[in-house]
Amino acid sequence: MRDHFIKRLSELVENNPDIILITGDLGFGVFDNFRKAFPKNFINIGVAEQNMTGVATGLALEGKIVFTYSIANFPTLRCLEQIRNDACYHNADVKVVSIGGGFSYGALGISHHATEDLSIMRSLPEIKVISPCGYWETTGATEAVVNSPGTCYLRLDKSAGDDRPVDKNEKFIIGKARILKNGFDCTIIVTGGILEEVINSSAFLMSEGISSRIVSMHTLKPIDEQVILKAVEETHIIITVEEHTVFGGLGSAVSEVLMKYNYYPKKFLSIGLKEGFSSIVGSQKYLRKQYNMDAQSIYNQIKSLLVN
Amino acid sequence: MDSRELAKRIRIHTLKMISSGGSSHIGAAFSIVEILAVLYNDILKIYPDNPKSDRRDRFILSKGHAGAAVYATLAEKGFFNIEKLKTHYQDGSDLCGHVSHKGILGVDLSTGSLGHGLSVGAGMALAGRIDNKKHRVFVLLSDGECDEGSTWEAVLFAAHHKLDNLIAIVDYNKIQSLAPVAETITLEPFSEKWKSFNWAVQEVDGHNNNLLYDTLNNIPFYKDKPSVLIAHTIKGKGVSFMENQVLWHYRCPRGEEFEAALKELEAR
Repeated sequence: MRDHFIKRLSELVENNPDIILITGDLGFGVFDNFRKAFPKNFINIGVAEQNMTGVATGLALEGKIVFTYSIANFPTLRCLEQIRNDACYHNADVKVVSIGGGFSYGALGISHHATEDLSIMRSLPEIKVISPCGYWETTGATEAVVNSPGTCYLRLDKSAGDDRPVDKNEKFIIGKARILKNGFDCTIIVTGGILEEVINSSAFLMSEGISSRIVSMHTLKPIDEQVILKAVEETHIIITVEEHTVFGGLGSAVSEVLMKYNYYPKKFLSIGLKEGFSSIVGSQKYLRKQYNMDAQSIYNQIKSLLVN
Repeated sequence: MDSRELAKRIRIHTLKMISSGGSSHIGAAFSIVEILAVLYNDILKIYPDNPKSDRRDRFILSKGHAGAAVYATLAEKGFFNIEKLKTHYQDGSDLCGHVSHKGILGVDLSTGSLGHGLSVGAGMALAGRIDNKKHRVFVLLSDGECDEGSTWEAVLFAAHHKLDNLIAIVDYNKIQSLAPVAETITLEPFSEKWKSFNWAVQEVDGHNNNLLYDTLNNIPFYKDKPSVLIAHTIKGKGVSFMENQVLWHYRCPRGEEFEAALKELEAR
C-alpha cells in the first residue's frame, strides 16, 4: 500500500505544489524519488512526532496540504494531543498517514503493533478515518484525502486484498463503502488488508454453498450507514473483520449504527483482537492465525455462527 | 493610547474577567501584560478590520492559560466589542478559560495544553518562507512550558531550518503551577540552552515598555536564526499582594481582594 500511496502522491504534487510530505525519519528508500523530484515538498523532520504534527498544522493553517508519515503508532498515539487540539480543532489540512496497520510489523513487538489506532482516531472530533483494504483503494484514498478539507487519518497496511472494482469507472469516495462481492446468506464487513483473508474465507463458504457478501468499509468515519442497514435487511447476518482490537474499532462502529437505527441482525459476530497485548511476535500471517483472524479461522467462526 | 495605558486597561479587564468568571491564572496573565501591550500597540502588523489579512503578523499564545489577557488586548484593539469580555468563563460563552479561536476574531491558534504553540508557529514561519511572505510569527511561551519535551523538538527544528521569521518570547516569571521553577525543574542556564540550540537570544525586563519595544523592534536578532526573547517578569505583576506568589496561579480574586486589586491597578 505504501508504494501505491507514494506513487499517487507524487502524481498529485505535480499539479498541486501546496502538498507537503513530512516524515518522522522513517521510510528508508521509500521517498528517494519523491525527494529528488520535489525537494521543496518534502521534509524529514527527525524523530519528533509531536513537532511533526504541530509543524504540519502550522503549514496547513497557512494553506498547505500536509501529510505526516511514520509507522505503526508513532504518527498517531505518540502525538495524539497534537492531532486533536492542533489539527482537528482547527480543521487543518493535516493528513496523518501510518504504514503498518495491525500486525504489519508483527515481528517487531508490541511497540509496532498498530492495534488500537482506529478506535482512538475514530473518537476524535472532525476527523476522517480511512483504512483501505487494497491497492486500488489506497490509490483512490490518497487522492480523496487531498481533496477533502480538514484532518484525515489514512491507515496503510503491509498486506492487501484484491479490491479492484468491476466497473473501471468507479471512483473512490470517502464514506462510501464498496460491495466487493455480492451474497445473500451473510455479510462480512471488513477494513484493511485483512480483506485478503476474508476473500479466501468467503470462497471456503461458497464451496459449501454459503453465499457471503463482502463489504469493504474502507472509511470508518464517517461510516456508510446505508450499506450496513441494507446488509441486515438482505442478509440478516453480519460479521465484521478487522486486524485491530474489537474495542472501539470496525465492529463497534457497525454495532453503533445497528443500535442507532434499531436494526437487529439475526446474528452478529465481531472478529478482531480481544483483550491483551501480543507479547509473542511473528509475521503478519502467523499472528493472524494465532489470534483466529486467518482465512481458515474466519471461515470456521462464520460456519459455526451460521450453524448454531 | 500608548502601550502603558493599554497595559493598564488590559490588567483591569483581566482582573474583572477572572473575578466575575471565578477563574484562575491571574498571576500568569499579569506577567505578560506589558509584552502583549507593546506587541499589539507597536510591533505586530494587525488589521482588526480585516483580521485574517494574509499580511498580518501571526501571534500564538502558547501559554493558553493566560488567555484572559489576550482577549482583553484583542478587545481593546478593536477585534471585538469590549462588552463581550463580560462573558468570559460564563456558561455558553466562546471566551474560554484557555485561548480559543472559534468565534473569536484575532486568535491565530487555540491553545491550553502546553508545548504545542512553538511547533505550530514554526510551521507557520516555514510556510511564510516557502511562499516568500513578509509576515513574522510570534509565539509567547511560559517558563513552565519549557519542561515539555515538545517545546525542545520545536526549538531544534526552527534552528535547523533557520527560521528567522520566528520569534519566541518566554515569560520567565520563575514560578510555575505549584512552586518556583528553580525548585521544580530548573531551566538554568536558560539563555545558554537557547544559544547552544542555535537561537539568537536577548534578555529583557519584561515589564519595561521601552526596552521591550527597542528589543522587539529589532528582529531578527541575527540573520538566519530564530529569535528568542527571555523576558524577566513577575508573576502577578501590578498588584502588590499577588506579585511573586505561587498562590495566585490558581486563586481567584473576590470581595475585598478584588476591590484592593482594582484600586491598585486604577492608581497605576
